[in-house]
Amino acid sequence: MASLDIKARSASTSPAPSARSTLEIAKMVDVSRCIGCKACQSACMEWNDLRGSVGTNDGFYTNPADLNDQTWTLMRFREEEINDSLQWLILKDGCFHCEDPGCLRACPAPGAIIQFSNGIVDFQQDACIGCGYCIAGCPFNIPRLRKEDSKVYKCTLCSDRVAVGLGYAQAAVYDPKGVGGTHVVMVLPHGDRPESYGLPAHPRVGPALALWRSGLARTAGVVTMFGVLVAGILHYMRHGPLEVPEEKKEG
Amino acid sequence: VAGLAPTFGRGAMTNHWVDIKNADVVMVMGGNPAEAHPCGFKWVIEAKIKNKATLVVVDPRFTRTAAVADVYAPIRAGSDIAFLAGLANYLLQKDLVQHEYVKAYTNASYIVRQDYGFDDGLFTGYDEAKRSYDKTTWAYELDKDGFAKVDETLQDPRCVYQLLKGHFSRYTPEKVEEICGTPKAQFLKICEIVGSTSSPAKVMTHLYALGWTQHSQGSQMIRTMAMIQLLLGNMGMPGGGMNALRGHSNIQGLTDLGLLSHLLPGYLTIPTEADTDYATYLEKRIPKPLRPGQMNYLSNYGKFFVSLQKAWWGAAATKENDWAFGYLPKIDGGYDVLRVFENMAQGKMNGYICQGFNPLASFPDKAKLIKALSSLKFLVSIDPLATETASFWENHGEYNDVDPATIQTEVFRLPSTCFAEEDGSLVNSGRWLQWHWKAADPPGDAKGDQEIVGELFTRIRDLYRKEGGTFPDPILNLTWAYKQPASPSPEELAKEFNGVALADVPDPKDPTKFLAKEGEQLPGFGALRDDGTTASGCWIFAGAWTQNGNQMARRDASDPTGLGATGGWAWAWPANRRILYNRASADPAGKPWSPKKKYMTWNGAKWVGPDVPDMRPDAAPQENVGPFIMNAEGVARLWAPGLTDGPFPEHYEPFETPLARNPIGTKVLSNPVARVYPSDREKFGTAKEFPYVATTYRLTEHFHFWTKHTRIGAVLQPEQFVEISEGLAKKKGIANGDRVVVRSKRGKITAKAVVTKRMPTLKAGGQEVETVGIPIHWGFLGQARKGYLTNTLTPTVGDANIQTPEYKAFLVDIEKAPAGQA
Repeated sequence: MASLDIKARSASTSPAPSARSTLEIAKMVDVSRCIGCKACQSACMEWNDLRGSVGTNDGFYTNPADLNDQTWTLMRFREEEINDSLQWLILKDGCFHCEDPGCLRACPAPGAIIQFSNGIVDFQQDACIGCGYCIAGCPFNIPRLRKEDSKVYKCTLCSDRVAVGLGYAQAAVYDPKGVGGTHVVMVLPHGDRPESYGLPAHPRVGPALALWRSGLARTAGVVTMFGVLVAGILHYMRHGPLEVPEEKKEG
Repeated sequence: VAGLAPTFGRGAMTNHWVDIKNADVVMVMGGNPAEAHPCGFKWVIEAKIKNKATLVVVDPRFTRTAAVADVYAPIRAGSDIAFLAGLANYLLQKDLVQHEYVKAYTNASYIVRQDYGFDDGLFTGYDEAKRSYDKTTWAYELDKDGFAKVDETLQDPRCVYQLLKGHFSRYTPEKVEEICGTPKAQFLKICEIVGSTSSPAKVMTHLYALGWTQHSQGSQMIRTMAMIQLLLGNMGMPGGGMNALRGHSNIQGLTDLGLLSHLLPGYLTIPTEADTDYATYLEKRIPKPLRPGQMNYLSNYGKFFVSLQKAWWGAAATKENDWAFGYLPKIDGGYDVLRVFENMAQGKMNGYICQGFNPLASFPDKAKLIKALSSLKFLVSIDPLATETASFWENHGEYNDVDPATIQTEVFRLPSTCFAEEDGSLVNSGRWLQWHWKAADPPGDAKGDQEIVGELFTRIRDLYRKEGGTFPDPILNLTWAYKQPASPSPEELAKEFNGVALADVPDPKDPTKFLAKEGEQLPGFGALRDDGTTASGCWIFAGAWTQNGNQMARRDASDPTGLGATGGWAWAWPANRRILYNRASADPAGKPWSPKKKYMTWNGAKWVGPDVPDMRPDAAPQENVGPFIMNAEGVARLWAPGLTDGPFPEHYEPFETPLARNPIGTKVLSNPVARVYPSDREKFGTAKEFPYVATTYRLTEHFHFWTKHTRIGAVLQPEQFVEISEGLAKKKGIANGDRVVVRSKRGKITAKAVVTKRMPTLKAGGQEVETVGIPIHWGFLGQARKGYLTNTLTPTVGDANIQTPEYKAFLVDIEKAPAGQA
């Protein structure tokens, strides 16, 4: 995608180009129709040439157990009795492509995270410094650090396919306002309880990140100075950026 | 299919995938299409969205199909007949029956012989020593013309309708709860939903698969639902039907082409020892008409058979030599795979050719199979994958603990192509023959199956030519006119199935015209003749490759009525008909049952609508030609003497049952006519030793034993597991993710435990019943983690009609694996 189409860029102050605009896009996942077949998870691996290791069964249908650098789309399975009726809640987990992306705000590496004018938030691994701030900044706990190359990976919303006019490799509306809306729209059969699917009820970009973005990106010196501080705050908020929160370990 | 053919006349999915969208109620029982048929399941979702359809799921497990259902009810594995008989009883008691349909299109009014009866679990004519029925009494009362007597008022106590009411009256909601463990309230809720489709304006489709066929009474489970669909008037209707979802791509094509041991192509049957000549053979296969004026389509059997013989032996099949009837083998009994492996285990077989088939993984009692394969001199495996069967002699530690030094079987592996590496047609569940085109070359030395068989055949023929033999004629005279004899092309074979005119075939309606001129491809099976002027390799496929070319390759998706009857898309047998028995979509006068459900109607001169009529096109309603044209009655059979185990379904327990007695209250515990070999009976376990019900099944992430060979499949579902309830886990001290040992009388496996609310604990027969769910997909080869073949555990006993093994209900014990086996 041409640089002209980039709307926002991490750790950069230069204004976005505005000579032309692209059509904003969104992916809709209608969970009420989803049967958890994992074809999307498989297609994501096929298209992006991702081949994770053959794992183990730890008592769940969710395989692998969590998102990782080779798994950008993951079907998560949870069981819950709602109004005395057993529900098998199946959710496609992956990046929501927030309108106000916490990862991009948190990222200190210029251009490592970009937001296209069509709404896709994409990681540019060549510019990534592996600090993991994006992981802490993400309200959905999506990005994953690859140990072997110290780069962070996540769903691209098939930016390479969308750029050439192809659709995605995959197939009550959950479109949280706290992140300015998302470019992945979820239809949840039990829309009044997103937590049952493992989704945060009210995700929002942390106040520290708002501060970080608006007031601090003036000079490189200030950025460096406050970076340490913000990292500390984020670490406190998330109990360490690389740990998987307890509520994500489900079946 | 063995439950459908004796009821409706043909053994195949009656409607088709797309048609599911027309349903008002979708019932799934005996299947799990969201997981086993995820792509076709989109039509269920379509019915929910576009038609506000209610999805009902009944299953021992809460499956991914249940996850999107409107109503789910649990059931004890193997008790389906009791549930369905209870459902039928509810409909009959509440009079939720489409009476006009039942009266006109079923044998409800037919009078059954006075000496037919049912008592204490057995029908009349039972021979305990032979474990079979003498079916003499299973017949209608006939009038002086040989036609069945009927009572249109349905009041005669000997009419099928009254016998049916009496037979099912024992299956009360309380009894259903006791037998099946399904809570009465949930059962009644489902009865109400199903009963709502007795209205002509509402239609229910039923979807099932191996969850019904893999029982010792599987055919009868299917039949019970077929009877319910008849009572509700849901057969022949768009959005209705009995929809058998096939478990393999092209397994429909396999049965269509007669690859079962008792069949010839097109469901013609192979002669037996008793069929000493063609006249005897034919006489037994042409049913006598049971009502006046019916099509009794199988009266054309001779045309199909002679055309088949002409396709196979051409000029060598003449009227004088009984159309080469002597060339066909005459079997002395069934040669289903259970019998074949029994014979092999007894050392009665020298060689076995295994084409596209992995029996070591797919058939019951792995220890018996290893013994059987080890006693062969040679085994040939024709397969695109390295199968466990072809590697049965390899030691893979605990997963295949054999001693190769003691096995003398010589194994030949002939690598073949996958579907994407060849042209050809596949027959889907909905009977569509869809042509497909090769996408890639096969790897290495792999060859297409036709080429492998072509080379084998031409070499064998050469040997017969050179060396003679006891009876070389069938081999030497076999028609083999392919451009490259060692490699027949898919196009040549497809044209041969369709059939060709060997001489001009005059049009019987207009002697100045011809249905086909000599050498032309035949337009359909209506042109077949029994005088040797036509050849057709599979009569039901006649019409697939006509003078107009390859009809299977058509891709016109236009659907003017919106009902999914896309007659220009591929080609469906028979005669490009999309919904079977579609004459029944109209009332006896030829008008739609409801304006909302209009499909085929009589326009005063002929049958019209979006489909090909399943009826003589000009048969006026007043001629009273019944819509089930393959049956001698012209109607469908609520009472069906064609099955081996009873004209009505009856609940029997699985051969391994947690219960001590049959809770319906009869003395007969298990299917009294299912075949059991003595050595297999010794290997049945009891509830005392093995207290838990086990059931095996597939998962969405894998296809049988294939996709464990692919990396992505292996990542998505990497390791063998079993599923148990939270209650059983607690009782046995098993935590989620623990390694467990599962034992049956036949062997043991170890696997991870998935402890889940989705495995219900049921109360049945006065006791708690726990179920252990066992997915099948692992083995000792492939990219997924090594696992046990689950058929280490399963028993060797098959359905009484078709010998499909009982994989869905048997007994096991489970415990936490000893430490160190993590």
